[in-house]
Amino acid sequence: MKNSRMCKIISNHSIADNMYLMAIESSIADRARPGQFIHIKLPYDDSLLLRRPISINNVDLDKGVVYIAYQVVGKGTELLSSLESGDHLDILGPLGNGFSISSYVETVAIVGGGCGIAPLRYILDYWKDRSYTAFLGYRDGNSIYQLDDFEKESDNLYLTTDDGSKGEKGVITKVFEREVDMVRPQLIMACGPTPMLKQIQSIANERNIACQISLEERMGCGIGACMVCSCKVKMKDGFEYKKVCTDGPVFLSDEVILDENVQFSC
Amino acid sequence: MKMSNLAVDICGVKLKNPIIAASGTFGFGEAFTSYMDISRIGAITVTGITLEPRLGNPPPRIAETPSGILNSVGLQNPGINYFLDAELPELRKYDTAIIVNINGNTIDEYCSLARILDSHPIDLIELNISCPNVKEGGLAFGAHPDTVYEVTKAVKANTKKPLIVKLTPNTSDIRETAKAAVEAGCDGLSLINTLLGMAIDIKKRRPILANITGGLSGPAIKPIALRMVWEVAQVVDVPIVGMGGIMDGTDAVEFLLAGATGIGVGTANLVDPTACVDILDELKDYMIENKIEDIRDLIGALRI
Repeated sequence: MKNSRMCKIISNHSIADNMYLMAIESSIADRARPGQFIHIKLPYDDSLLLRRPISINNVDLDKGVVYIAYQVVGKGTELLSSLESGDHLDILGPLGNGFSISSYVETVAIVGGGCGIAPLRYILDYWKDRSYTAFLGYRDGNSIYQLDDFEKESDNLYLTTDDGSKGEKGVITKVFEREVDMVRPQLIMACGPTPMLKQIQSIANERNIACQISLEERMGCGIGACMVCSCKVKMKDGFEYKKVCTDGPVFLSDEVILDENVQFSC
Repeated sequence: MKMSNLAVDICGVKLKNPIIAASGTFGFGEAFTSYMDISRIGAITVTGITLEPRLGNPPPRIAETPSGILNSVGLQNPGINYFLDAELPELRKYDTAIIVNINGNTIDEYCSLARILDSHPIDLIELNISCPNVKEGGLAFGAHPDTVYEVTKAVKANTKKPLIVKLTPNTSDIRETAKAAVEAGCDGLSLINTLLGMAIDIKKRRPILANITGGLSGPAIKPIALRMVWEVAQVVDVPIVGMGGIMDGTDAVEFLLAGATGIGVGTANLVDPTACVDILDELKDYMIENKIEDIRDLIGALRI
């Protein structure tokens, strides 16, 4: 059984400051949905014990290839970035509950911040017949990745950088709040830092727009057994902890309680 | 060649092999059924159960440290009633022994849990007096021989099920707590629970775990676990379930040689959902290669 999880890396290269794109040949390609993730065991270093959960960025169904776009934030992702085509990875997946679009939904707003843009990319290819407006926020000009793809696949695109080196200066949530009543999306799909998601959550809530957000949390098994990747979900009298790995990572924004101390580090 | 005998006896319960999924890493088993046949595992220890449902600690609840994992789940579970109504009937469909890990804030709570379980189809009770992630109960009972004796004696009086006491390494001499549990009438021991630890994020100047401290598990603690299993095996006569960083067949053989009868697989389940059966297969290979016909010939067979 172990061997069936081994997948070959086709390519792995830098696409922006600290961001890498890896193509992996895998039989899971045709089962993967936008918003799901793969759970990667790191090769060559046993001391890096846990798998790394990384969202699916895109899929090439013809070639049977899964793409991940990931930020280097620690030893694990650093090792991942050093791997080359021909290397093999032990992968579980596709895991988790991804995004979904009801048949009546025609207009969708995609809101992404930084490395949180990566999980949104496959939405555009998976549901091709929807009208998309993309709101993308990056740190600076050197952090921009896959902008061409979003420009090509969406009807409208808003771009911000924190320092104004490309697009509008500022955070993407400000632009989204300014434009949302003009765009009038039937559905919002968002991923990014928790403060960003909190604002998207309240913007969607005030206007009663359906909204799905993809959460990140430090993860263990990835299959719903170990109970470590929890997030607060509203209950009649308070809240309970749900599992980000199997109940999420995509949640309806009005069901979750986002705490500021929840980390987002990619 | 003749099939090797892998069956072991744990407190009067016959397990088809010594592999035991450790509590807190295996849920109620359901997450693993699409990855392997869980009936191949000797026993499954379900996630720690309390009388009432428990919310658990705030996230983050996990941090990776070199060759190890810190966790601070804090016994999130749906409570004993939900377990008995919804989870146990599902789990009983599989041909594996079921061990229920029980947790209380008070001796009375431990006793109530044992009493309730007495009339249900479970095989063994594991008395968890060693969880480092809860304020009450847990370590408060497990760190001292006198409290270990007190809670074990009380629980034993409330159940006819075989009772395993899960010991903490966070104590000055684990042989003393082990002896206290045996004197109080327990049928077996499991060791070790996690070691209390901590991890810090220097960018944020914050602990990584929201709970600040957590329990360390994985290969990082294996030498300590192995030493403690060996030490305890020298001073007690009850079967020991050894655990602490068992990741492969070699680790399993080491624990058997040190004196363990059962092989607890915990952290490995978080890394590989097939870990339990992978370790079992490697253990079988070792026995065939070394012409060992009965696994019991390995238990405590360390040459000093």
